[in-house]
Amino acid sequence: MPSWLMVWPGNPGLSVALLLVVLVLVMYGARTPAHRGILGIAKALTQGCKLTVDAITGVQTRLVARNREVLLSEGLQETERQIEQEFQRISASVERDLSAYPALHRQLADQVRLIDEDYQRATDTPPAPEGWTQTIAAAGELAGQAMSQTPAAKAVDALRVAIEEAHDDAMENYRESSRERHKLLAKMVPTWRSMASTLTRVEKSVTGIFERSRHLDELMESYREIASKSDAAERALTSSSMTQFVTAGLVLVVALLGGFINFQLIALPMSEMVGATSRLGSMQTSDVAALVIILMEITMGLFLMESLRITRLFPVIGRLDRRTRVHMAWAAFSLLFILAGIESSLAYMRDMLAADRVALTQTLAGSTVQRPEFMWIPSVGQMVMGFILPFALTFVAIPLESFIHSGRIVGGQVVAGVLRMIGFGVNLFGFAADHVGKALKNLYDVIIFLPLKVEELVIASRSREAPGTPEGDRTPSAA
Amino acid sequence: MKRLFRRARVLLAIFALTSCTVTPPGTGVFLLLDTSGTYAGELEQARTVINYLLGTLDPGDSFGVARIDGGSFSEKDIILRMTFDERPSVANDQKRAFMQTVGAFTDTVRTAAHTDITGGVLQAVEWLNEVGPGTRTVLIFSDMEEDLQEGYVRDFPIDMTGVRVIALNVTKLQPDNVDPRLYTGRLEDWRQRVESGGGEWAVINDMERLAVALDL
Repeated sequence: MPSWLMVWPGNPGLSVALLLVVLVLVMYGARTPAHRGILGIAKALTQGCKLTVDAITGVQTRLVARNREVLLSEGLQETERQIEQEFQRISASVERDLSAYPALHRQLADQVRLIDEDYQRATDTPPAPEGWTQTIAAAGELAGQAMSQTPAAKAVDALRVAIEEAHDDAMENYRESSRERHKLLAKMVPTWRSMASTLTRVEKSVTGIFERSRHLDELMESYREIASKSDAAERALTSSSMTQFVTAGLVLVVALLGGFINFQLIALPMSEMVGATSRLGSMQTSDVAALVIILMEITMGLFLMESLRITRLFPVIGRLDRRTRVHMAWAAFSLLFILAGIESSLAYMRDMLAADRVALTQTLAGSTVQRPEFMWIPSVGQMVMGFILPFALTFVAIPLESFIHSGRIVGGQVVAGVLRMIGFGVNLFGFAADHVGKALKNLYDVIIFLPLKVEELVIASRSREAPGTPEGDRTPSAA
Repeated sequence: MKRLFRRARVLLAIFALTSCTVTPPGTGVFLLLDTSGTYAGELEQARTVINYLLGTLDPGDSFGVARIDGGSFSEKDIILRMTFDERPSVANDQKRAFMQTVGAFTDTVRTAAHTDITGGVLQAVEWLNEVGPGTRTVLIFSDMEEDLQEGYVRDFPIDMTGVRVIALNVTKLQPDNVDPRLYTGRLEDWRQRVESGGGEWAVINDMERLAVALDL
């Protein structure tokens, strides 16, 4: 215990007790302003928190509204784009299949006419009726019964023979015509097949157009839903944005790893060109040069995708006419091709440098330098990889576009969520401050309970002495 | 537009600041080979150390090798010194040539009658300061027993600020075996001399630890 607190020198217990009594008396005396102070601070904190929460809620509401606007606007744009593409496909399909419909109709009519003609020519001629055969048989029997030497028998026999010959001729003619008919029918088979194939083609085209029309209907329905700014459309778009964000993020991570491998392929040989010792800031110039080449490849890939209208990150490129865009696409592809060639040669140089390094190490170690037999395999592999990776990186443009578009939505939602959490925290703090203030007020009274009790007793005795005093005035130290 | 220029200026200032704080790149190593009679037998091991260093140093690094004889503060004692080319392929060719030159020297070296270690250290520090690499290291392959000719003055302080001096393969001499305090006393003298000149001192007798000590 410090000496200045020793009110009663040499007796710390008594000193403490004395100090406590003084403290309690002082606190009792200052009860009303102390209560006001405690409650005032608590109220100030609560009010401050409320104001802060109001401000945060306002920002959050505006942000959520803005997010909703952006989400619906992007959803509308995307659906418009899909509808436009679908119309283009239908137009192309109609142009490709149905523009040739008159020719197709003519072809089908010709095929039908040919089949009809062949059918007419293949009409079956009925063979000799069975009655002739019976007549000839009866004539033969009659000739046999009337003795064959009689003139009547001879005449009947001659007639039978003539009829038989006529019958044979008729049968021969019938067979001949049947052969002809079969030949005609055989000739009809390819025509039938051709017609069947033509009809199948027509069916496919028509079915394709029907399917596209159905998809178009769905898209139009979705467009109407988004345009009406319904909650269902917002939920669907939000979910779609989250999925796109995650998927595009994963693909970008893979692309990043690909870029890293690309960097490793060309960083070492770059030191052969720009030197291994020069530096740009804290980075080696050769590393910076390799990075620049990779970034240029990605940029060319972006322009290529943009010119082909696969991505739409740059509205300026999208507004160019088709001819200029085609020129731009060729320019981007040419530069990309040249860069891929450079990278391939750098990858080969890397292999050579690595081999030289290994040879030097072997020489320094005192062993004879050995060139592995199949050393050309990794060399070729590196060259191919160096050539292919720039083209593979071109496709980064697609997930990048999705990532940027969905990132705006997801980022907005995350910020809104964080604001909501901060608002909740501040609100909680205000609530706690209010209750802590009340608790401190009560604790204060607990510390000075003894003088309060005395005061209560005094007031009670006074009220007994003066019975007309109202009940409310008897409360001790009404603050 | 003005804002753009302002931002560009800020970026340039940050870039300049980061550039200024970076230490100069590269490593400089100077190896002194003791060719005195008591130590000449150890030169084959020195060759291994040189080959190790050649394999470890990068393009743009500087490497020098000199002999320690009766009067080492002389250009004629420098076997070879060079800063490797920035291009890795050229640097590899230089290393091969370096190895051959050093090999020819160790094959034909004649033992020296005296040992002027201080002269060699002076020459090494002078060259390293002239080349100005990021880290400067002097390796002394010797028993650290200085034996100066009459009239040679070497007992003066040497400025070795920023230079690491590493004594390699410090063999024990016959008198050290009789009284080991001679050995520790000799090394302690050298330590005081280097550190009083602003340098760092280390002794490595186990060559396996060389890689860790050099931190290349």
